[in-house]
Amino acid sequence: MTAEEGVAAGPRTASDEAVVVDGAAMVFNAGRPNQVDALTEIDLTVHQGDFVSLIGPSGCGKSTLLRLIANLLVPTGGAVTVNGKPAAQARLDQDYGMAFQQSGLFEWRTVSKNIELPLELKGWDKRRRAERAREMLELVKLPDRGDAMPWQLSGGQQQRVAIARALAAHPPLLLMDEPFGALDEMTREHMQSELLQICAATGTTVVFVTHSIPEAVYLSGRVVVMSAGPGRITAVVDVDLGADRDEDTREDDSFYKKITEVREALRGAELDGAQRGIEDR
Amino acid sequence: MIIRSLARAVAPAAVVGIGFLALWEFVVKAFDIKPFLLPAPSAIWSALLDRAGLVWDATFQTGTNALYGLLGGVVLGVVLAFVLMRFRFLDEMITPLAVALNAIPIIVLVPVLNNMFSATTEAPRRIMVMLIVFFIVLVNVAKGLRQVSATHIELMRSYAASPWQILVKTRIPNAVPYLFTALKIAAPVAVITAFVAEYFGGLQNGLGYGITSNATVSRTDAMWAYVVGACALGLTFFLISVGLERVTTQQQQQHTGGTAPGGADR
Repeated sequence: MTAEEGVAAGPRTASDEAVVVDGAAMVFNAGRPNQVDALTEIDLTVHQGDFVSLIGPSGCGKSTLLRLIANLLVPTGGAVTVNGKPAAQARLDQDYGMAFQQSGLFEWRTVSKNIELPLELKGWDKRRRAERAREMLELVKLPDRGDAMPWQLSGGQQQRVAIARALAAHPPLLLMDEPFGALDEMTREHMQSELLQICAATGTTVVFVTHSIPEAVYLSGRVVVMSAGPGRITAVVDVDLGADRDEDTREDDSFYKKITEVREALRGAELDGAQRGIEDR
Repeated sequence: MIIRSLARAVAPAAVVGIGFLALWEFVVKAFDIKPFLLPAPSAIWSALLDRAGLVWDATFQTGTNALYGLLGGVVLGVVLAFVLMRFRFLDEMITPLAVALNAIPIIVLVPVLNNMFSATTEAPRRIMVMLIVFFIVLVNVAKGLRQVSATHIELMRSYAASPWQILVKTRIPNAVPYLFTALKIAAPVAVITAFVAEYFGGLQNGLGYGITSNATVSRTDAMWAYVVGACALGLTFFLISVGLERVTTQQQQQHTGGTAPGGADR
């Protein structure tokens, strides 16, 4: 199976492609003694409405790949297309929102003002920004916390605000780098379910970096398994658990089967390298 | 309510202070200590009342020097911090120099400054205060402008923010608590510097001069009257710095409290 195959059957058109990574490579410090081949020969296509997880050991380049898509890094080889445009143009057009492991809220801004930040930079007027911030707070189920300061919120609530901010401009694509990595297990599962609901409600495409196998399986239509030294895609696991996943899905046999499948894909990828940093929860 | 809690906080210290003064008075009287060695608090008090105007003028003069130097140092420090942030090569040249200079007791430069200016100006003292405050502010504010969370920078870049927008919306707000920290450190240092600078000569109008001149002629009670003025001035600047600290800790509470559990934010 190759990375280009989608989840759903049927013909795909070019306009249907949210992200196309074509033979991308990333070399840090090229030509110097500390040269690092972070990524090599990456081909990946994400279709509109897909939820794709990138999983792999530390150093496999999954976060680097996400930053190539975000145009926070420029690949040293190959090309990245987002929404049919070069990644650099997509960034300028704010075609995607981004969330990180650290919520990255601005400590000196209220919750509402944090959510409004991307809109401020887009030049929206005050009234429209406030309206959208209210709307986003409803979406992430924090309707009364707009005037709170970030430090007054719990870790899970901060992460919800970060998601609200990432989606404030209604971007078609959401890029997430281990957004629930710092949360406790209960909050984490709760947030996963809410993320699925939000994506279903908004039709957002998601590329999601994680090192938790159950998290990848629960959330994704497709799990992309990566391996280190140099970073590359070694397997793609399609997850057909259906669109309406809930807490019962976590107890389902098919869920466990997929977890096993992803784990074995990771083991296979790791035969030629030491296994590092994979969480088995 | 506030007055009562304040009174409760101050009362123990006040009791100790008054007790100490009473003991001082008693020891001086009981052992007949000569006034030129150690005058009794009552003698100091009457000496202070005798020359209240003079002590006030001296306190005001030294305080003004400290304040001017403080303000000048803050402005200069903030401006240079921005320049260093903008031009990396300058930063690499100047910052290590600033840190090294900060470790040298540059107060010894006062006589040099005194020689450079006419004898009738407060400039050397104010410049001295300004120099010392300037380094404290520069080092802290430059740090605040530079040590911005990597996540914030990545976020701003993902929003296609310009360097100017990153400066205004990320770096400057991030540096504000650092500025308050610098002010908190600099305020007491400013008053000490203004005071000590007078020991090196120059105009004969400040607290430092009042103390040295009276000490040399053994007018100990008058010297102590100026010490009382110095205490009052130091206390005033201390209270200012405590107020600044309160602003700072509130800001810092937001900063540390902004961290998600289990994840370091900066």
